[in-house]
Amino acid sequence: MTEILKISGIDKSFSGVTVLKNINFSIQKGEVHAIVGENGAGKSTLMKIIAGELEPDGGKIYLNGTEVKFHSPIDAIHAGISLIHQEFSLVPQLTVYENIFLGRELSKKFFKIDFIDKKAMKKSALEVLKTFGILNIPVDSRVRDLSVADKQLTEIAKALSMNSRILIMDEPTAALTLRETELLFSILKNLKAQGVTIIFISHRLEEIFEIADVVTVLRNGELVGTKKIDEVTMEEVVSMMVGKSMKSRFPEKPIREISNEKMLEIKNLSSDAFKNVNFILRKGEILGIAGLVGCGNMQLGESIFGLRDFKGDVYLEGKHINISEPTDAIKKGIFLVPEDRHDLGLVLQRSVKENHALPNLDLFSEFGFVMQKKEKQSVRASISYLNTKVSSMNQKVDNLSGGNQQKVVLGKWLVRSPKILILDEPTRGIDIGAKYEIYKFMYDQALKGVSIIFISSELAEVLSLSDRILVMSEGRITRELDPKNTSQEDILKFAVKGKES
Amino acid sequence: MALSNGFIRKYGVIFGLLGIIIFFAIESPNYFFTTSNFILISKQSSINILLALGQMFVILTAGIDLSDGAIAGLVGAVAAGVTVATGNLFFGLVAGLGVGIGFGIVNGIIVAFAKVPAFIATLATMSAITGITLIYTQGEPIWNLPSSFDFIGQGNLLDIPFSIILMALSFVVVWIILERTKYGRHVYAVGGNIKASRAAGVKISSVLISVYAISGLLAAIAGIILASRLGTAEPSAGSGYELDAIAAVVLGGTSLFGGEGWVVGTIIGGYIIAVLNNGMTIMNISSYYQEVVKGLVILLAVMMTSFGKKYWNE
Ligand SMILES: Nc1ncnc2c1ncn2[C@@H]1O[C@H](COP(=O)(O)OP(=O)(O)OP(=O)(O)O)[C@@H](O)[C@H]1O
Ligand SMILES: [Mg+2]
Repeated sequence: MTEILKISGIDKSFSGVTVLKNINFSIQKGEVHAIVGENGAGKSTLMKIIAGELEPDGGKIYLNGTEVKFHSPIDAIHAGISLIHQEFSLVPQLTVYENIFLGRELSKKFFKIDFIDKKAMKKSALEVLKTFGILNIPVDSRVRDLSVADKQLTEIAKALSMNSRILIMDEPTAALTLRETELLFSILKNLKAQGVTIIFISHRLEEIFEIADVVTVLRNGELVGTKKIDEVTMEEVVSMMVGKSMKSRFPEKPIREISNEKMLEIKNLSSDAFKNVNFILRKGEILGIAGLVGCGNMQLGESIFGLRDFKGDVYLEGKHINISEPTDAIKKGIFLVPEDRHDLGLVLQRSVKENHALPNLDLFSEFGFVMQKKEKQSVRASISYLNTKVSSMNQKVDNLSGGNQQKVVLGKWLVRSPKILILDEPTRGIDIGAKYEIYKFMYDQALKGVSIIFISSELAEVLSLSDRILVMSEGRITRELDPKNTSQEDILKFAVKGKES
Repeated sequence: MALSNGFIRKYGVIFGLLGIIIFFAIESPNYFFTTSNFILISKQSSINILLALGQMFVILTAGIDLSDGAIAGLVGAVAAGVTVATGNLFFGLVAGLGVGIGFGIVNGIIVAFAKVPAFIATLATMSAITGITLIYTQGEPIWNLPSSFDFIGQGNLLDIPFSIILMALSFVVVWIILERTKYGRHVYAVGGNIKASRAAGVKISSVLISVYAISGLLAAIAGIILASRLGTAEPSAGSGYELDAIAAVVLGGTSLFGGEGWVVGTIIGGYIIAVLNNGMTIMNISSYYQEVVKGLVILLAVMMTSFGKKYWNE
């Protein structure tokens, strides 16, 4: 193996706050190199530095033994390094092949004038995809119509078509389902076989042990160590990450009797995303709703919260209720932690404090005036409860790491006493320590009698936490399962059922 | 704390204003750099700052109000007309303020419910309101205003021009609303992310309608001051004023994309424009050139804040 990239003494700080301190490690050609660490450890920042999006305050980067200095992502791309963000940089209105060749359109001459040559672009896009074993993408489709997984593959294809030899992926699997992750991994293995080096960030350690050759652990902006994957155990990686050992990924399920009291009853709910949904949610119950991306579970959650139009009847504690706006739901004690934090969860240009306070201003204000003291106390409590890493509560949410943004979204609802909590992928992008806290929080709430609708594509957590699981496929509930005698495969079986029939 | 985006944004305008003041003070120490001239500048800036404060509410929600100059014109005419017709200042003021708020609400409804983009909606109402002013006044100025009417724009209270007092009061109230109230938080949030605000239980349409209503109200006060200062309500009064108001807001660092802004910045932005006008007039620069210089300064300032933003965001 030869060393392709060497990171030497990298330092970085933002407004005086140190984010990376003297990072040293190297990456071999053709390996899958995982980077792990808690939320805010500095992973994304380090990747942005390698890919030329940020300039380090100190330190050097060597590519194939020679020092490189990137002043923009273009420099890095020319040197063969591409970074794929979790938030995609594709143009939704354009087709897959147009996106792949964005800014480098192929053209043909016609009376000395350059015209875009769509045919040639399509052909060579197909070639790239074929070479690297990415087979199932419809190159003619507009990107906005693609699934998250296909968008990801489009990003990969774009990078490969630019001759990238080092592919950096920041949490590529966070929004993928199990199957899609498997597909992605088979493609990554293919790339690896062709000598492409892959740097990969994930909070799911199983994945790291499945795909990575080497793992580098960061903690609080410092390098803890770089290890060959077959020379460490998952427990060791965890303790390197959090600085102490963690016995279990999931807190113990509290023994409790769930009463028969109906908290929520849904009758014949239909919309353009789901059909004829019926279920009962009991008081203090954690009801998992599992399914593939696009099965309608996200839309179902948003509808109950009043974000989407639907037909059908909703009963809260036996009484028929009308919910046409989130305000109605909030008044009745129904809260939603949405799946997409940038779209629905946060006002990015405002501070942690203001985001936390936004749905709770009725509690923090008197005669319309915000009671600053009360507000600050509440923000502080929720920051310390979830161990959110912020430089101050006045920090802009936009400047927080991905996982810490998610914690702000969750933290907003900690203040209120809900009747029903709809949690849509609440642990997406969150480190394992914080996941544990969120699971504990869910149990605490359930013990207090709060009913939880738990939408998640992470089957392990659905199985571990839910009292009952509803599986959805193609907008319908295909099965109710008891997690005690259910495996991940069982859930998957019913999740694809509607698709196959 | 080291330099940050907010720092540059906030203190950049302050230094900009100080720089311009120092320049004119050196060029014209005897006329420009005097207490009486600063009072004059404040008086001259009061109308624009009132419009800018209203405009700021709208821009914070990622909208724009092109009609506020036209509203100021119509309100001046209505307030003057009703005062003359009834012989009662109180009726005139109530009618004027009512008209301002009313057209503001119309703007808000068009934007919030008909979902017409703010630029188009207020461009349309600007044109319509200008027309209504001409119809109402028959194209003739309204004369013979009672002296009580003149007091608003020309009078002094404890030696301070009343229009400056009105401006200062409006500034304090606006600052409190935006920085200290639940409603203010909603305004910022809606401008920053309308979907997330809705999901947090904010009533989007009430916020949108109210910001245009506030813009209408402040435009109405500005319009009354304008008519009173001139001693007559001109049918063409207020036309083009929206542009200086928008310039003041943007100079003050409020983002045209919504969600970010600073009330004090808007005041400073208003003063930058007023000081430029005043200083250049004192230096006998022709008004044709004044417009060009003003345009360049605005461009320069906005480029500096956006460059600063990019640079310091790192
Ligand atoms: N532009 C910025 N301004 C100020 N602070 C920043 C900025 N970008 C990142 N930070 C801070 O740097 C730290 C590291 O962030 P980074 O995004 O690298 O974390 P991460 O390891 O990727 O975390 P996560 O797992 O949550 O994605 C965080 O504490 C974050 O608040
Ligand atoms: Mg990150």
